[in-house]
Amino acid sequence: MAIQTPSRPGIMSRIEGAPIIAVFLVLLALFMWLSPQVFLQPYQYTTFLSTLPPIILLAVGLTFVIGAGEIDLCFPAILGFSGYIFAVIFKEGQADIVAWLGASDSDWIASPLAGAIIQWSAVPASLLAGVLVGYVNGVLVANIGIPSFIATLGTQFFWYGVASILSGGKSYALRGAEDSSVWQVIVGRPFASSSVDWLQQVPIQALWTGIIVVVMWFVLNRHRFGEHMLFLGDSNAVAAVVGIDVRREKRKLFTLMGFLAAIASIFLTLENKNYFGNQGQGYLLIAIASVLIGGTSIFGGRATVIGTLFGCFIIAIVEPGLVAAGLTGSWVNAVRGLIFLIAIVFYLYVDEPQRRRSLRARFARLTSFGRAGPVE
Amino acid sequence: MTEQATAAARSAPDFTDLVRLEHVQKYFGAVHALRDINLRIGPNEIVGLIGDNGAGKSTLIKTMTGVLKPSSGRIFVRDKELPLSDYSVRMAHDLSIETVYQDKSLGEKQPLWRNFFVGRQIVNRWGFIDVKREKEIANDILLNTIGFRGVGIGVDSTIANLSGGERQGIAIGRAMHYDADLIILDEPTAALGVAEVRKVVDFVRRIKSSGRSCVYIEHNLAHVHEVADRLIVLDRGAIVSDISPRDMSVVELTEYLIDLQHKN
Repeated sequence: MAIQTPSRPGIMSRIEGAPIIAVFLVLLALFMWLSPQVFLQPYQYTTFLSTLPPIILLAVGLTFVIGAGEIDLCFPAILGFSGYIFAVIFKEGQADIVAWLGASDSDWIASPLAGAIIQWSAVPASLLAGVLVGYVNGVLVANIGIPSFIATLGTQFFWYGVASILSGGKSYALRGAEDSSVWQVIVGRPFASSSVDWLQQVPIQALWTGIIVVVMWFVLNRHRFGEHMLFLGDSNAVAAVVGIDVRREKRKLFTLMGFLAAIASIFLTLENKNYFGNQGQGYLLIAIASVLIGGTSIFGGRATVIGTLFGCFIIAIVEPGLVAAGLTGSWVNAVRGLIFLIAIVFYLYVDEPQRRRSLRARFARLTSFGRAGPVE
Repeated sequence: MTEQATAAARSAPDFTDLVRLEHVQKYFGAVHALRDINLRIGPNEIVGLIGDNGAGKSTLIKTMTGVLKPSSGRIFVRDKELPLSDYSVRMAHDLSIETVYQDKSLGEKQPLWRNFFVGRQIVNRWGFIDVKREKEIANDILLNTIGFRGVGIGVDSTIANLSGGERQGIAIGRAMHYDADLIILDEPTAALGVAEVRKVVDFVRRIKSSGRSCVYIEHNLAHVHEVADRLIVLDRGAIVSDISPRDMSVVELTEYLIDLQHKN
């Protein structure tokens, strides 16, 4: 029997995400050399710690979605919709309830404690909104059988629209949010009283995001659910015959994405201390690019959380790197796009040659991104 | 447990038929895919299922294994009737019925060890997989059940790097590991080379010698004639004959099937 003996895996395949980590380090070194005044100082990195968490959460969720052979275009609308739910309860919840009850200022409901409780209730309400949106996406894809690309494109429009109707197009400035316990716990600055100036700016959401990333790595690589996602991405037909409940697992997948997007919306709204109706619209391509630069297969079946994390770092570092090197902001997206395309070609030709065949087959069959629905 | 011991343990079943189908009908819209199927699979019996393309072989086994629901009829496993509305692949697994599909049984980009356990992972109470144990057991299946020795295949090998015969070996080995009483093989030799086909036929013999039953769907009449205890011929969704290979040579069988096509 002719068998190709699997050669001992090289260092690049033994460490998850090794090629992309290498690319990141090269870019970082390049920028450090070009602009030491920015990249050898801590301030740029503390800025990343507050701006990256929403992108990372979205990209990690998308790692599961793309790994499962699907796509979710709806998450920017979850940033809008869940963010609205959060902002409106956080900002106006207490006043609205007091007015609705006709309570006076001396009643308990008007007390600061009640105010804090109502502000905290904005968190589960916002998460629930995200979960709901995600679940609806899951039903559309798994049970009704609409290709995920189309289904989530439609729901993106819809939920942005709903957020816009509810908010009346207004934005909500959360002035004074930093005094609330919600802000302190979720996006606070734990070292604000430190004597080191950059340490004062280190935000706590970086820690929360780190914990979530670690948990999601374990879910993808060590949990039943993650394994089911990879098999779904490999083939829905195989997943069905090995006893995976394809529809239920897809509903869970989109629900998870909604949940992570809702967390991102809370981070974003609190960090900006502002909600505006189309918040999140800039995240769609950035998040998808981060996942694919990281090495998750565009055809599904292979996914890497660590690769995604470094994909996010690369996408993020390009902007200050180019600007500090003296180029204008107009260059940023062109360079990001270039890195993205180079990464895709690299994975296609170097990492996994069989992808080329499936790419050609896919174009030959003229199927859309995301599978055409449940099997038999 | 050795194969002989397993065979001995299976020698005295307390049922007459492992699987029995009674008056099973299946419609896909207006298409009558299965017509009044009555079929029984006995303990330790290798049943060959033959018929032309579109005769309903795949539909029949999918109905038997919970992938498709029959439009009407009754299915018995070990003489007990199944609730058809709840019948699923998982339930078939629980009833110790395993299916090896032509090319849709294994996740291509996934490592071997995940393929052995997917759908039935060894998990703790939070659903996290015991990777170390799964790999140990997978390694044991590779060496002892399938007999892959010194061929450079390990539990971390990706399925995409294996040959067709090796893949069938993995899929059949998985079915045997789960101690299935009935293993259903859907054209396991399609697209295989000669040497690889021998290997698959040997796997089928192992199924018999370990006391299990097998439904073997095959295009190549010589292969199925060689190992089957009984041959069921399907034509346009109906069972048209039930043949013992001892009563009919491969040549006679071929002529019979050709006649069947002309008759209609």
